[in-house]
Amino acid sequence: MPKALVVDLDKCTGCRSCELACSFKHHGEFNPAKSAIHVSIFADKAFYVPVVCYQCNKPFCKEVCPTGALYASEANGAFVVKVDTEKCVGCKMCMLACPFGSITVQDDGFAQKCDLCGGEPECAVFCVPGAIEFKDMEESSLKKTRATAEKFYQQKEDSQ
Amino acid sequence: MNGWIGRILRVNLTSGNITTEALDEKIAKDYIGGRGLGIKYLYDEIDPAVDPLGPENKLIFATGPLTGTGALAAGRYMVVTKAPLTGAIANSNAGGYFPSELKFAGYDMIIFEGKASSPVYLWIQNDHAELRSADELWGKDVITTTDRVIEQTDPEAKVACIGPAGENLVKFANIMNDKGRAAGRSGVGAVMGSKNLKAVAVRGTNGVRVADPAGFRDAILAAQKEFHDPYMSEVLAKYGTADVVEFSNEVGLLPTRNHQQGMFEGAAKIGGATMAAKYNLRGARKTKACFSCPLACGRVTRVPDGEFKGEGEGPEYESLGALGSACGVDNIEAVIKANHICNEMGMDTITAGSTIACAMELTEKRFIPKSDIGLDLKFGNGHAVVELLKQTAMREGFGNALAEGSYRLAESYGHPELSMTSKKQEFPSYDPRGGQGFALAYATSNRGGCHIRQEVHCLEFFGIALINIIETGGAIDRFSTEGKPQVVKDVQDFYCMIDSSGICNFIIIGSPDPNVFIKLMETGTGLKFGGLEGFLKTGERIFNLEKLFNLKAGLTYKDDTLPPRMLEEPMPEGPGKGHVVHLEEMLPDYYSARGWSDKGIPGDTKLSELGL
Repeated sequence: MPKALVVDLDKCTGCRSCELACSFKHHGEFNPAKSAIHVSIFADKAFYVPVVCYQCNKPFCKEVCPTGALYASEANGAFVVKVDTEKCVGCKMCMLACPFGSITVQDDGFAQKCDLCGGEPECAVFCVPGAIEFKDMEESSLKKTRATAEKFYQQKEDSQ
Repeated sequence: MNGWIGRILRVNLTSGNITTEALDEKIAKDYIGGRGLGIKYLYDEIDPAVDPLGPENKLIFATGPLTGTGALAAGRYMVVTKAPLTGAIANSNAGGYFPSELKFAGYDMIIFEGKASSPVYLWIQNDHAELRSADELWGKDVITTTDRVIEQTDPEAKVACIGPAGENLVKFANIMNDKGRAAGRSGVGAVMGSKNLKAVAVRGTNGVRVADPAGFRDAILAAQKEFHDPYMSEVLAKYGTADVVEFSNEVGLLPTRNHQQGMFEGAAKIGGATMAAKYNLRGARKTKACFSCPLACGRVTRVPDGEFKGEGEGPEYESLGALGSACGVDNIEAVIKANHICNEMGMDTITAGSTIACAMELTEKRFIPKSDIGLDLKFGNGHAVVELLKQTAMREGFGNALAEGSYRLAESYGHPELSMTSKKQEFPSYDPRGGQGFALAYATSNRGGCHIRQEVHCLEFFGIALINIIETGGAIDRFSTEGKPQVVKDVQDFYCMIDSSGICNFIIIGSPDPNVFIKLMETGTGLKFGGLEGFLKTGERIFNLEKLFNLKAGLTYKDDTLPPRMLEEPMPEGPGKGHVVHLEEMLPDYYSARGWSDKGIPGDTKLSELGL
């Protein structure tokens, strides 16, 4: 299976270093408002959800783009949807189309979304708790399968 | 400017005028930010002799040049003002998300002046800043206030506010931000209350730039590497600072029953493992981080049922000590509840707990008549602690006496010696008889009894942290006074820099190499400090200016002291048994290391060397 940015919600602590790493890499400044990744924070319950572009196989943003500025590409073994700023006219249709709010139009007038930093995502580099990893999706799925299986096993143990 | 935004917001609450002004580059270079920038502006703008709760006092919210950057744990601000608890300089620090949001809105600092005629809150949205009525928020607790202000402004707004304790001018009221983070000490919340300022809400969408982006990125990665110290990244990750309870108990300096003892038989019952097993929302793992912090020492707790039912942030180590062992309380649910009440009402947990502990001793020794209290105030009564905290925040009944802090309380009953304070500020949860160095640090801290303006106790216990700042030649004996005056001076100066940078000192204490921090500061701001020596010199300037403020405020060398219990009563048990603090042996050498007279007054040579 291809690689992807994989988020482990149990490990996220809401520090927002990913937002800082992203904006610093792409805009040369620390500014969460310009980051392509955002952490939704439910601090009272110690629950945090980093939301990044999921690089949909059938991307709504790409489908709706009237100028063909969004295109499918590959980065270090991962499928990625990228923005061609030569073609982008800043119409914001992509913003309307994305159900996750993962594509925005910035001050420069162009659409911005996660480009996986060309295959070495900076957010993953700066995530000390290890909540964001760039890795093989199969490995991640198998882990979840195993965790669920363990719950079943535990129930069986408890009932005996 | 790099790191700094270069802009200050000035809010005159009397006239309602809000203006912006440029940050003076020379001042920024000499005083950095946070604690340093705060004291510079406060010293230049007020008479240190003013009434801390009068309109002439000013309240400064100061970020540092690294606040809002990706440097580790770089999300702090410092509240600087004249303290109602001590009459000395106050600098209270907090993390969370509010400080970096202030930076993203485009300000290094806010200076509040005067007093509003009725309750207001300040709403800042990038360049736009306005005062709004807070009539309907007055009287509300911190949680409700924060929620309401967010409803009235922006879902992404970050809020700092006071609770009822700040409104009622409780001398140790704090300023809470993001609900669970506190600029805790010295009564900064009472100053905010005295100005009729209920809250500050901010939303910012601008960026923070650094001088050398590539070098800064390298410095962050180097700092991350240093951070992977097993204690910092594993033990504290598991339990938060609550882990320290049992450690302090083992080494015999966990304040117990108002410092009558240094070991508490109930330590395990109020320790990190107990909290993690039953009460932490996430159990024994990283739970809640401040902005850009890899450590995530915060804990969110829930007591599911019973008298102490509730949910909220904390307690961390200091609160477990002050509200737990210092009061002889081993009921963790009562301690958690007491901590939640302090957060909701906006009170410093350390002074609150220590003041009740003092009241308990005064009561047990029959210096306070039972009729004055209305509760059975015995050590160990967790119910009484919780009830008295509520009364204190509202200044109801005996709470009105407690709201003055332990020194004024004990003095009013004729026994000031039973207040465990320096400069009228209560000790944190390390008994000074457990280490000569940090005992000296408590006595000479510019803001009174305090552990985090100079974490000398970390040196004396762990021997690893910050080891390269000073030439210790290896582990240092905590019970020896030898070399301590110089150690305390250097660490105090170094901490002036941490406290001015916008970084949390908790990250720095895990790093044995000061150059990691210096590199972050240099690549971030573009300043060149000229090695550790030059770096410490800037810190020394800040420390001395605070000292000058305190002298003008009327404090003298007589205030650089500790209560008789620390100086004369030997620790009764444990590894520290038989020890007292030998302050008189260390103080003259400390003054001399500082270039101060034997009366603790900075000499002309020292002042001109520092450009003061």
